[in-house]
Amino acid sequence: MTRQLIELDRVEKNYGEVRALTGVSAEIREGEFFSLLGPSGCGKTTLLRTIAGFEDLSGGQLRIDGQDMRGVPANKRPTNMVFQSYAIFPHLSVGENVGFGLRRKGLGREAMAREVGQALDMVGLGGYETRASHALSGGQRQRVALARALVLKPRVLLLDEPLSALDKKLREQMQVELRKLQRQVGITFILVTHDQEEALIMSDRIAVMFDGGIAQLDSPQVLYRRPVSRRVAEFIGVMNFLDASVGGNGADGLEVDVAGLGRVALDPAQCPEGRSGTSTVVGLRPETMTILFDTSEKAARVAEGSVSEVVYFGDMTYYDVTLDGVAAPVTISMRNLPGRPVLDRGARARVGWDAGAMVLFR
Amino acid sequence: MSSSDGAFSRWRHSEGAQGLILVSPTFLYALLLLAAPLATIVAISFWTQDYLVMIREFTLANYIRAWTEPLFQTLMLRSVVIAVIVTAATVLLAFPIAYYVSFNVRPERKALWIFLITIPFWTSYLLRVFLWKVILGYNGVLNSGLLGLGLIDEPLTFILYNANAVVITLAHAWAPFAILPIFVALEKIDRALLEAGQDLGESRFTTFLRVTLPLAMPGVVAATLIVFIPTIGDYVTPKLVGGPDGAMISNMIQLQFMKLNNGPLGAALAISGMIIVTAISLIFLWLNRRYLKVRQ
Amino acid sequence: MKGRGLATYAVAYLLFLYAPVILLPLFAFNDGTIIAFPLQGFTTGWFVQLTRIEALHDSVFNSLWIALTTAVLSTCFGLFAARASARYRFPAKGGIMGLIMLPLVLPEIIVAVALLVVLLQLGIDLGAWTVILGHVLICTPFSIAILNSAFLSLDESLEEASYDLGETKWSTFRLITLPLVMPGIISSMLIAFTISLDEFIIAFFLTGNEPTLPVYLWSQLRFPTKIPIVMALGTIMLVASLLLLTAAEYFRRRGVARTGAKDSGGFL
Ligand SMILES: Nc1ncnc2c1ncn2[C@@H]1O[C@H](COP(=O)(O)OP(=O)(O)OP(=O)(O)O)[C@@H](O)[C@H]1O
Ligand SMILES: [Mg+2]
Repeated sequence: MTRQLIELDRVEKNYGEVRALTGVSAEIREGEFFSLLGPSGCGKTTLLRTIAGFEDLSGGQLRIDGQDMRGVPANKRPTNMVFQSYAIFPHLSVGENVGFGLRRKGLGREAMAREVGQALDMVGLGGYETRASHALSGGQRQRVALARALVLKPRVLLLDEPLSALDKKLREQMQVELRKLQRQVGITFILVTHDQEEALIMSDRIAVMFDGGIAQLDSPQVLYRRPVSRRVAEFIGVMNFLDASVGGNGADGLEVDVAGLGRVALDPAQCPEGRSGTSTVVGLRPETMTILFDTSEKAARVAEGSVSEVVYFGDMTYYDVTLDGVAAPVTISMRNLPGRPVLDRGARARVGWDAGAMVLFR
Repeated sequence: MSSSDGAFSRWRHSEGAQGLILVSPTFLYALLLLAAPLATIVAISFWTQDYLVMIREFTLANYIRAWTEPLFQTLMLRSVVIAVIVTAATVLLAFPIAYYVSFNVRPERKALWIFLITIPFWTSYLLRVFLWKVILGYNGVLNSGLLGLGLIDEPLTFILYNANAVVITLAHAWAPFAILPIFVALEKIDRALLEAGQDLGESRFTTFLRVTLPLAMPGVVAATLIVFIPTIGDYVTPKLVGGPDGAMISNMIQLQFMKLNNGPLGAALAISGMIIVTAISLIFLWLNRRYLKVRQ
Repeated sequence: MKGRGLATYAVAYLLFLYAPVILLPLFAFNDGTIIAFPLQGFTTGWFVQLTRIEALHDSVFNSLWIALTTAVLSTCFGLFAARASARYRFPAKGGIMGLIMLPLVLPEIIVAVALLVVLLQLGIDLGAWTVILGHVLICTPFSIAILNSAFLSLDESLEEASYDLGETKWSTFRLITLPLVMPGIISSMLIAFTISLDEFIIAFFLTGNEPTLPVYLWSQLRFPTKIPIVMALGTIMLVASLLLLTAAEYFRRRGVARTGAKDSGGFL
């Protein structure tokens, strides 16, 4: 079904002493929206620029469409880039900017104008051809940069934090538009971002990077539900961590004693890193735990504790609950349904939780 | 791209190599027309000249003459003293102006002021110096003006053909070079720091001493060096307005090379002068770093 | 420290700065050979006389030719070096750039003497070209300073974007880099032109028997009767350099406006 478009094989990049990429292997599929997510300095931009051809590899191999990219300069690669600063040529008009890359295609004047017009229409800037490019707003500059790259119909569009310069409202709007645009043109997008929410919203698959390497590459759902390490889990969303000790293999899976919650049996899929030693940590997302307001309310598993902090968000309430026998509180998120009370600090709470959502870390 | 595997080819594509290739025309030019001539000057300062023939035998005789003959000693000392006085006068006179433009002039008019200050500097240097001669002369503009106004009875004579005239003229010639660095340094000072100084109980004046002045020091240091270094080697001013008592080392260097056909001695004088300039500049920088904690 | 006193000082200082310059037009139009007050009446005679001095015209043309060539050459050298310095790290960068910028802190007489000695040793005849050699040497650092800031304020991703869109290194330079640093190039040419036109010491040493304008002026300063003519010439030169300066500032502003950047002060 889906073809591999870009193959990264133990890609390395050193800047003198700095090891910016330490052996990255990944395959990026044709037509997917792929994100590189990670903290500042982890090598996202470097990886993107090696794909674009602005940086030579120090080691490993990079293939695009089955072809080794070694020695192929940026201007000969089937990739185009949307720069973080947008890099709109200030001395050219909007139309000239968008038509810049078409110059070499040998199109006639009319064909070129038509292509430029279509590209501008696509990003919602129809009729802006003659505008001076330095008189554009941030969002408009971003659209021009997109049109300029897309008009060349590249196999891959590379975007380096394209939304980080926009304000929150515009950013959220552009996230949706960008996703729609990608579906519409069907080109592979590789997006660099350090905003986990943005990556979750937009991507088909996400590579989480730390320290020059990929820690996990999965779909947003898998990444959120089954993070492979505590570090990935902490980077994406909020997760409660509880000390645990591993017992033997029981009938329903691995037997684990969790502090404050008691004994559970975990499926092998819930233990991504395998198990070694007895003392470990398990993680639970805030929404996989609930507060049982009604004494009659049933839950598969129940623990007791007291509320140590309440943060009210309108549609949601976040509780910090200190479970009996555990020092650090866990965070629990509850929807504020009609008729549902909001507990006060210090109140006792019965806590229900979903053993199937638990993840075991080394 | 099969050739891209060769080690040389790979080197040629590295950043370092591309930078070197790019800078090489300019570098070669500087090497051929600056480094080589300077090296030649150093070499011939150790030789002797007999009329037009260079005798290429190593000798320290030129340096011994340059450092021991009273005439050269006087000229060298005078050059240094004049340069120090000119520098001090120029920088001291320039500081209040830079301060005024930076702190008291409205922001939108600062550019105009700086423009006004730099305009005189764009007239021919030679003419500016010459005009001072016209102003300061016995029958000059100043004297004739003062006489006409009845302020003096006979022309003032202490203002031309001596070191005073040289100092006045050079302090004028270098004014913009002193004002601009100080102005830039003052402009960089965050105005909130001054308010903080006063907020912490300092008066305006002590704030100036404890906050503004230390922060402006890098500009003052730059101004001092920018004025001092070329001043010591100035030729035109002492020649035009200095008279016999205002001559400086450059005039002697020129004399040795062009009139007396003693290039080696001229070279030794030039190099001695350069060594003195460099030494004084370094001592000055070191003192600043030591006592005023000025960072470059 | 504040207010009135400082303002008075500022005005007095400006008077000091302008004192010699103001004399130029004053005595250029003064109908008297002696440069002293009171003024004698208005005349344009000195300007008329200017037009009749053959040697002066020769020196003017010589100077213009030298200044123009110097402006072009030092801007070219400046382009190479500034580009390398602003964009690349290379071995011995500090030393190389240090040598190139050295003339900024070297008394001109040293440069002049050193060049003279070498040229004489090599048996090269002195003339316009030898002056150009020296002037390019001292103007290149100024060109580099101007062009360096032009290159530094040019966002590198603009060049990368062009390259990414399929242009070659060279066509990127032509289509993107050159237009965007053009104001810097023009400023650099104007500054180098002005410096060369005004430079005396190096020209004095290296000009041989084709004097440049300042060298010719120097030779005329000895004759008191020529002074009013010199004043007239000085006035013309003053007006010319003001025009040049204004042009330089205009191009700088236009460059700033074109790239939509924030204006951050003059080119000095
Ligand atoms: N040209 C360079 N020279 C030297 N080191 C570099 C260079 N470019 C990047 N690095 C280093 O490589 C590492 C990865 O940098 P990179 O720009 O890829 O990070 P990033 O993930 O994009 O970070 P950010 O989110 O801050 O943009 C960093 O440690 C950085 O300092
Ligand atoms: Mg980055």
